[in-house]
Amino acid sequence: MAERTRTDGPAAYPVTTTLAKGITSGLRAAMEHDPKVVLMGEDIGKLGGVFRVTEGLQKDFGEDRVIDTPLAEAGIMGTAVGLALRGYKPVVEIQFDGFVYNAFDHMVSSIAKMRARSLGHVGMPIVVRIPFGGGIGAVEHHSESNEAYFAHTAGLRVVACSNPHDAHWMIQQAIACPDPVIFYEPKRRYWDKGEIAAEPGRGLFQAATLRQGTDVTVLAYGPMVRTCLQAAQAAAEEGRSLEVIDLRSLSPLDTGAIIESVRRTGRCVVVHEASTFLGLGAEIAALIQQECFYSLQAPVARVGGYNVPYPPSRIEEEFLPDLDRVLDAVDRLMAY
Amino acid sequence: MFDLPIPDPSPGRRLGDGGPDMIQVLTPEGERVTSAPHEYLEIIDALTDEDLRGFYRDLVMIRRFDAEATALQRQGELGLWASLLGQEAAQVGSGRALRPQDYAFPTYREHGVAWCRGVDPVNLMGMFRGVNHGGWDPNEKNFHLYTIIIGAQTLHATGYAMGVQRDGAVGTGDDERDTAVIAYFGDGATSQGDVSESLIFAGVNNSPVVFFCQNNQWAISEPNEKQTRAPLYHRARGFGFPGLRVDGNDVLAVYAVTKVALDAARSGQGPSFIEAFTYRMGAHTTSDDPTKYRMSAEVEVWKLRDPIERLKAWLAHEGKADGAFFAQVAAEADELGADVRARCLALPDPAGTDMFDHVYGERHPVMERERAEFAAYQAGFEGANHG
Repeated sequence: MAERTRTDGPAAYPVTTTLAKGITSGLRAAMEHDPKVVLMGEDIGKLGGVFRVTEGLQKDFGEDRVIDTPLAEAGIMGTAVGLALRGYKPVVEIQFDGFVYNAFDHMVSSIAKMRARSLGHVGMPIVVRIPFGGGIGAVEHHSESNEAYFAHTAGLRVVACSNPHDAHWMIQQAIACPDPVIFYEPKRRYWDKGEIAAEPGRGLFQAATLRQGTDVTVLAYGPMVRTCLQAAQAAAEEGRSLEVIDLRSLSPLDTGAIIESVRRTGRCVVVHEASTFLGLGAEIAALIQQECFYSLQAPVARVGGYNVPYPPSRIEEEFLPDLDRVLDAVDRLMAY
Repeated sequence: MFDLPIPDPSPGRRLGDGGPDMIQVLTPEGERVTSAPHEYLEIIDALTDEDLRGFYRDLVMIRRFDAEATALQRQGELGLWASLLGQEAAQVGSGRALRPQDYAFPTYREHGVAWCRGVDPVNLMGMFRGVNHGGWDPNEKNFHLYTIIIGAQTLHATGYAMGVQRDGAVGTGDDERDTAVIAYFGDGATSQGDVSESLIFAGVNNSPVVFFCQNNQWAISEPNEKQTRAPLYHRARGFGFPGLRVDGNDVLAVYAVTKVALDAARSGQGPSFIEAFTYRMGAHTTSDDPTKYRMSAEVEVWKLRDPIERLKAWLAHEGKADGAFFAQVAAEADELGADVRARCLALPDPAGTDMFDHVYGERHPVMERERAEFAAYQAGFEGANHG
């Protein structure tokens, strides 16, 4: 894809801001760069979205480019298909993870398949932004991690950002991509602050090694990246060296980065909030046993949500992986 | 308080003639209905004899194409066919009302609209033969790929129309710039949430889209009364724009009402809803058996309302076409049948590796790896074949 090599976003880099505002400035840059980029969603105009990610954009770009839609996710996604057919690049905001299912048919049946069924005549350069994950004490349907549904669907690409720098640059790279991209935003990290550098630093579909280590490779994405970095810090105090990789792209996976690391460490933990059964961790474990068979010192461990509907918030911390569960998995691997 | 008239939901009303509100210009016997609204009669009066003969030719040609496709399915050359038999006038009348810049979003049965748009009919057979899932370039004739998901295309059409608005291609007064979109769907689709959502989005955005519902009375085995209690064209009012019912077997009436609706859309007056009251003379698809769920007496009633016979009778009576013309069209239709048959049989099978092409617009490691693995696996058989 055409990597953005210079900025037309904030006036000066580096800038320190929140993950949410990193996306805002990324959207702004993309809209300034390409007049065909339009934002669609519920309450994204004057309100700026329930997480204020689109705050100020309707004022600056107008109601035709920042569209407050009727409250109907299938309608939003279906009309996004039509806008894309007309040459626009819709960026759809789904208000909460658990609301995307109404739009599922258009995502799987139309957006994912359009290029193939038209034998390449028609692409679907659509970005679907989904705030995902739990840990914010929300009511039902507001804390889900449904990325595996979309990663399972050929024709879609799925990414997840974990920090302000990536949020800012990955959203611009996703919009520039000619393929549909499901863009997961870790909602409990929206207010995390960090520095945005002047260059993206890597392609949209490349993983990032955030901490080097020798004992165990820890793979994570989205909200679990910070958790895993904290776990690595704690492990280091106990004399264990964890390598933490932020996958960033869930489909396609950066298999090279995963394989290279696990062949070195011989051990791997995959961490995500989503339920483990048929989650990303299952695919990654299959990849590792196929590609790293002779390097493995222990089976691949998965740390994730239990295989239940997302629980009421008073017990969500029991459901969600945390630092201790990551370290517990590391202990089990080191015992082999 | 509850003083709205409740429509009669009783079964069997499809045997009726569409009711007093139905716009009709030619009776099933081929007689002109002089009481039809003036604005529609004016449009028809402005047509030349050549235009009128063109409608007849379209109807005959597309029926012949459809019959050939059904035959090809029966002979095992197509896996499936969705026949338009009985719906030719609804499709040709509306299809001929479109301008080149307009955009049509079909279901999987709009062979007649495709014909009017200039899409090569053989392209329509590809998905039914299993050589592709459509595959034509929708932007070449502004005719989107067939959509099998019931009702999904109504939202795609509405979004496209929202794009037209953003391009400033509505209400400029420039006949070559102002653009309308037409969304085709059936009576069964009106039960889908997507269709209702498309009416909402088009309404609140005042988008230039015409919702063209071919009410062919049957959604596979389920009759109208399983889908709706109220007449379908009444629905538009609830979404804030006009709707009407037209005799879907009267090609001239369909042409006139669609032209008015498209003109209104192009000029910025927003969406409208047309219910073309017609009948699916054949099965839903070649996999269906309508004798299990509907009476032959009903089919007999609708045979008397045939869209081609009424136009032929009127053209002949008015002296606008003669026996030589009808014979010439019949011969052309036979040529078309032979031509599409030959070219359908010549459609090449795709290569196995083709399935990996076009899934993504940019390089994708899974596609590349699996394509290579598949090719290597296939290559492993080559020596064995000669051994």
